[in-house]
Amino acid sequence: MPEDTPGSSTSRSDRVEITRDEVAHLANLARIDLDDAELDHLAPQLSVILESVASISGVAGDDVPPTSHALPMTNVFREDVVRPCLTAEQALSGAPAQGAAAVRGPADPRGRAVSGLTRRTAAELADALAAGETTSVELTRAHLDRIAEVDGAVHAFLHVDAEGALAQAAAADERRAAGSPASALDGVPIAVKDVLATQGLPTTCGSKILEGWIPPYDATVVARLKQAGLPILGKTNMDEFAMGSSTEHSAYGPTHNPWDLDRIPGGSGGGSAAAVAAFEAPLAIGTDTGGSIRQPGAVTGTVGVKPTYGGVSRYGLVALANSLDQAGPVTRTVLDSALLHEVIGGHDPLDSTSIDQPLASLVDAARRGAAGDLTGVRIGVVTELGGEGYQAGVLARFQESVDLMVKAGAEVVEVSCPSFVHALATYYLILPAEASSNLAKFDAMRYGMRVLPEGVENPSAEEVMRATRDAGFGDEVKRRIILGTYALSSGYYDAYYGQAQKVRTLISRDFAAAFERADVLVSPTAPTTAFKLGEKLDDPMAMYLNDLATIPANLAGVPGISVPSGLADEDGLPAGVQILAPALADDRLYRVGAALEAALLEQWGGPLLDKAPALEGAAR
Amino acid sequence: MSADVLVPFDDVLERFDPALGLEVHVELNTASKMFCGCPTEFGAEPNTQVCPTCLGLPGAMPVVNRKAVESAIRIGLALNCEIAEWCRFARKNYFYPDMPKNFQTSQYDEPIAFNGFMDVEVDGQAFRVEIERAHMEEDTGKSLHVGGATGRIHGADYSLVDYNRAGIPLIEIVTRPIVGAGEKAPEIAKAYVAQLRDLIVALGVSDARMDQGSIRADVNLSLSPRGAGTLGTRTETKNVNSLRSVERAVRYEMSRHAGVLEEGRPILQETRHWHEDTGITTSGREKSDAEDYRYFPEPDLVPVAPSREWVEELRGTLPENPTQKRARLQAEWGFSDLEMRDTVGAGALGLVEETIAAGASPQAARKWWLSDMARRANEAGVELTALAVTPLDVARVQTLVDEGKINDKLARQVFDGLLAGEGTPDEIVEARGLAIVSDDGALGTAVDNAIAANPDVADKIRDGKVAAAGALIGAVMKEMRGQADAGRVRELILEKLT
Repeated sequence: MPEDTPGSSTSRSDRVEITRDEVAHLANLARIDLDDAELDHLAPQLSVILESVASISGVAGDDVPPTSHALPMTNVFREDVVRPCLTAEQALSGAPAQGAAAVRGPADPRGRAVSGLTRRTAAELADALAAGETTSVELTRAHLDRIAEVDGAVHAFLHVDAEGALAQAAAADERRAAGSPASALDGVPIAVKDVLATQGLPTTCGSKILEGWIPPYDATVVARLKQAGLPILGKTNMDEFAMGSSTEHSAYGPTHNPWDLDRIPGGSGGGSAAAVAAFEAPLAIGTDTGGSIRQPGAVTGTVGVKPTYGGVSRYGLVALANSLDQAGPVTRTVLDSALLHEVIGGHDPLDSTSIDQPLASLVDAARRGAAGDLTGVRIGVVTELGGEGYQAGVLARFQESVDLMVKAGAEVVEVSCPSFVHALATYYLILPAEASSNLAKFDAMRYGMRVLPEGVENPSAEEVMRATRDAGFGDEVKRRIILGTYALSSGYYDAYYGQAQKVRTLISRDFAAAFERADVLVSPTAPTTAFKLGEKLDDPMAMYLNDLATIPANLAGVPGISVPSGLADEDGLPAGVQILAPALADDRLYRVGAALEAALLEQWGGPLLDKAPALEGAAR
Repeated sequence: MSADVLVPFDDVLERFDPALGLEVHVELNTASKMFCGCPTEFGAEPNTQVCPTCLGLPGAMPVVNRKAVESAIRIGLALNCEIAEWCRFARKNYFYPDMPKNFQTSQYDEPIAFNGFMDVEVDGQAFRVEIERAHMEEDTGKSLHVGGATGRIHGADYSLVDYNRAGIPLIEIVTRPIVGAGEKAPEIAKAYVAQLRDLIVALGVSDARMDQGSIRADVNLSLSPRGAGTLGTRTETKNVNSLRSVERAVRYEMSRHAGVLEEGRPILQETRHWHEDTGITTSGREKSDAEDYRYFPEPDLVPVAPSREWVEELRGTLPENPTQKRARLQAEWGFSDLEMRDTVGAGALGLVEETIAAGASPQAARKWWLSDMARRANEAGVELTALAVTPLDVARVQTLVDEGKINDKLARQVFDGLLAGEGTPDEIVEARGLAIVSDDGALGTAVDNAIAANPDVADKIRDGKVAAAGALIGAVMKEMRGQADAGRVRELILEKLT
């Protein structure tokens, strides 16, 4: 898109500093009241980030078309047909609260966890339900008990809906008894990241600004879970609006890694990963914009899948960056992910970017892969996603995984994706730009928090908006809103957002070339194992580096899975291996992932999570 | 209220050349909204035609209405535009309390239609208005400011927002700067909007009611020193919601700009508000660096790439070209050039056409709309189309006249009844007792009474001064409260006295 003021971008783009005055101007555009201390703090922080992302200005992009949509789709229309509206009561419900309301904590303890139900995989639970060995009510209660027992220490959940989950479980049992289960997973409970709208259940996105908001509608993913009969245990913790890699940016306090409660569980979906790793839920839904499913999976020893962009509906997913976001499964096994992926995936007419074509069976692929034969599969090791900046133990586990795949018959090729070195910078321009616009709707007018400015009599809507956005958003959210406002503003668009879209094209081309030579690409999922809580909180750039290996897939819209690769020798904490496939070839993730998982299980002699410390009675 | 120095219109033209620009928003009449399935009916209870998408609830997403795209393409084709082979929606980011997402989903530098024109007729002469673009976007909610003195946002005690309008599809049609119009600038502006409205009506894509806001015009104006050939700083006048106001607003802004420039002051690039009641504009918000819309492609929508087959199929559905249509109608109706021009000028072409189609003669249709109805609309300060009288009503009233049930004078009372919402023409004739008395007995008595009351007049008629009958007819009509056939009364008087 051309600029309003042509020619001004070149002269300004050399500068990689945001002055205090500019931050004030941008905050004004974004309707956030920043005080002097915040301005003093933000200006140098943003300059450091900008210095880093500005590196992409050197990439030659004259003949490169910009990518704003990961997959080439056109002409998605709905027919001009009237659909039912919300009732006026629903439309006007959830009006802003002016005081702070406490988020309901987990359910009261109900005694010790029942048997080993919570340690079983979703596939095993589904089999047990089908065989009549247990009931959905029994296993839903077992998970609620487990939550009551350990979530005080883990804090994976922001909201637990014991009553709703048990009611759904009872309905599932009735269907089973009548011989007409709604799906293979009917009655297997699940946890949902708090970024997906759930009718009648609070949805905060980990932000104060949405405190007290109860959506009058279900996200498509949630509606499909309900249709398939999965009782929803509750909503899981996350970095505010999914901005972060540690879940420390949640306005409701961090989630703790079940492997070591002093460490981060990854982010933004640390709550979903920790819930699954701590056996509070057999399944969870996460969302992945730059690695928020895969990186928490790696650092908690769980499996996480980011489907092909458009493979799972985004309707009802509170957008962080619309062109990158994708919801997906968080589980303990590859097969469980495939089962859940098939429940939530598929075309949705409410999401214009949803893919309208049938996919190969994912469950079949996972079962085939579990047989352990990878003969003829070409595994591409990406040169740029490894080496410097990666922890030795993480690299060792990665190499071990590659060796196991070779042993299973795979062929290894080295592939280079030179544009990947710009992926982080590209991501931190596109994401904040889209986010700054998405988050504009939080204005204290219709829902969520409302803060009146101090010392102002009869404040105007505008003043209430500014005060609320200052009080309601956390530091990381403000940083990214300001950065995104900057990247889109007149005179800077070409140099930043426009250039980032061109580099995005180059990254997609690198993937295309790599997939000519390899069926899947592999790398470590995250450069390190879980770091200590608070360790990187004041250093945004260090935090951003966690997503180095996961971001390229989001930029190109290709699917990826993180599978536990073992424990790093130096700290005994879990690491993950990432497998990436071409768009629409999600089945390859499951085939290769399941084969690797089978080889590793054999090596370990059981699930990796069996090596995690017991949380029973864990005190905090 | 206004301290504006106004230069008389003729003096403005001696020293300045005006440049006009018109941005017209057309609300489409699709059954559902631009990006969601909510209905679009006007006047529903507040906040009953809303869903997560048009309320901008977190997580909700848009899906483009195919019919709205079709309407946009048809409007583009009717305006002789090129239709984009590939275009996108973009977000226009700015905060406003009645805008649910605090960005408007619109189109930026990739409009669906561009490079068109419309030939506008003023005083029988054609003037080409070039169309820069026509693009698709969504409407905002509607704020109601309660309390305070002005009903405007400033000074209001509180504001209410109705989101029913949020997400209704709009097509914004933007002209290139219209230069060289000179003294005709105000008329050209009005004629352009009137003709555009007729086109929209003919396309059937909008209710096209300016009074309900389904067509809204923003008038851009600038002046440059006469003959300089440059463009001056422009103002954008909003809230111009009638054809008459378009003309008046242009005239006012020309006089005001000239006043400012003559005093050696610069014109502020700003939004101005038109006040229908006082006929002036006042300053709105200043457009400056503070406005930075940060447009970028809407990532929740995929590009629109109309196939050429689709475009040609839609071209096949276009109504007759308005200029050719006018020539055809003028020949069919037998109107003189002047009659036709007046009809078009009054914005009555469509109404007259529909009235004729409903059975009235062309002259009768023209007579009612251009005399009676035009006067009433003018008095009420509304458009002809906004009157509570339809072409069907006018045709029925004329039929009643033709059948001798009422006369022209009584017909006007029927129109009074229609405007007062008293029912159909026939119901009003019945309820108001307007039917002409054709019973000779009752008329005979009235004639006898008139003769008895005016013996000297009667004598004159008996003496052969037939012209004096008028006085007796008047007396009879008065007694009959107008409900008599004046011709029959005359016959009876002459029968009795000659």
